[in-house]
Amino acid sequence: MTLQITQTLDARGLSCPMPIVKTAQAIKTIASGSLIEVLATDPGSVKDFAAWSRTTGNELVEQTTDGGVFRFVLRRK
Amino acid sequence: MDEPLNLVLFSGTDDKLQAAAVLTAGAAALGKPVNVFLQYWALDAFRADRIGRDHGLAPEAGAAGRAAVDGLRAAGQASWAETLRQAKELGGVDIEACSLSMDLLHLAPADLDPLVDGVEGVTAFYLNAGEGQVVFI
Repeated sequence: MTLQITQTLDARGLSCPMPIVKTAQAIKTIASGSLIEVLATDPGSVKDFAAWSRTTGNELVEQTTDGGVFRFVLRRK
Repeated sequence: MDEPLNLVLFSGTDDKLQAAAVLTAGAAALGKPVNVFLQYWALDAFRADRIGRDHGLAPEAGAAGRAAVDGLRAAGQASWAETLRQAKELGGVDIEACSLSMDLLHLAPADLDPLVDGVEGVTAFYLNAGEGQVVFI
């Protein structure tokens, strides 16, 4: 099943904590239940997105790594 | 996450301000309120006519530290001022100037960058800090 992504945020090249900050800003612009895809290269982002998801209640639906790029799919609470 | 994070910024060098801005933005992204209290040299760095300047690094940085910081900047790392602007956009971040430091540096509110929300004394800072942690940088 293909996930229906509403928005993609390219946070590649941004250092901590900007990928999370930009995601927190961007997720406010999509409807509850919609999905946002985030691409990041910050090595701390895998643990950061997991922690952010747990704390804010926005579900981390998918996390994959391709080369040095981390991809996160989050569902807005 | 309801108790605020309270940061007292004393040092005015770019490395310490960057670290403080990262802590602020991270907390703001989690929805945690942040109170920032600017004293002494940190307040000086928030002057409207100086905020964009190079504020140097802590002495322990040395030449290697200087090169490392320059490398991150060249790679496009957001400045501490820009990181704080982004954090404020998320909401819940209040930045206040210490009134004693305003006197010390002969500053008026109009001398400060718009990132600064106002001027207050230490009593107001503690009142707003509530039961949250206080971190001194």
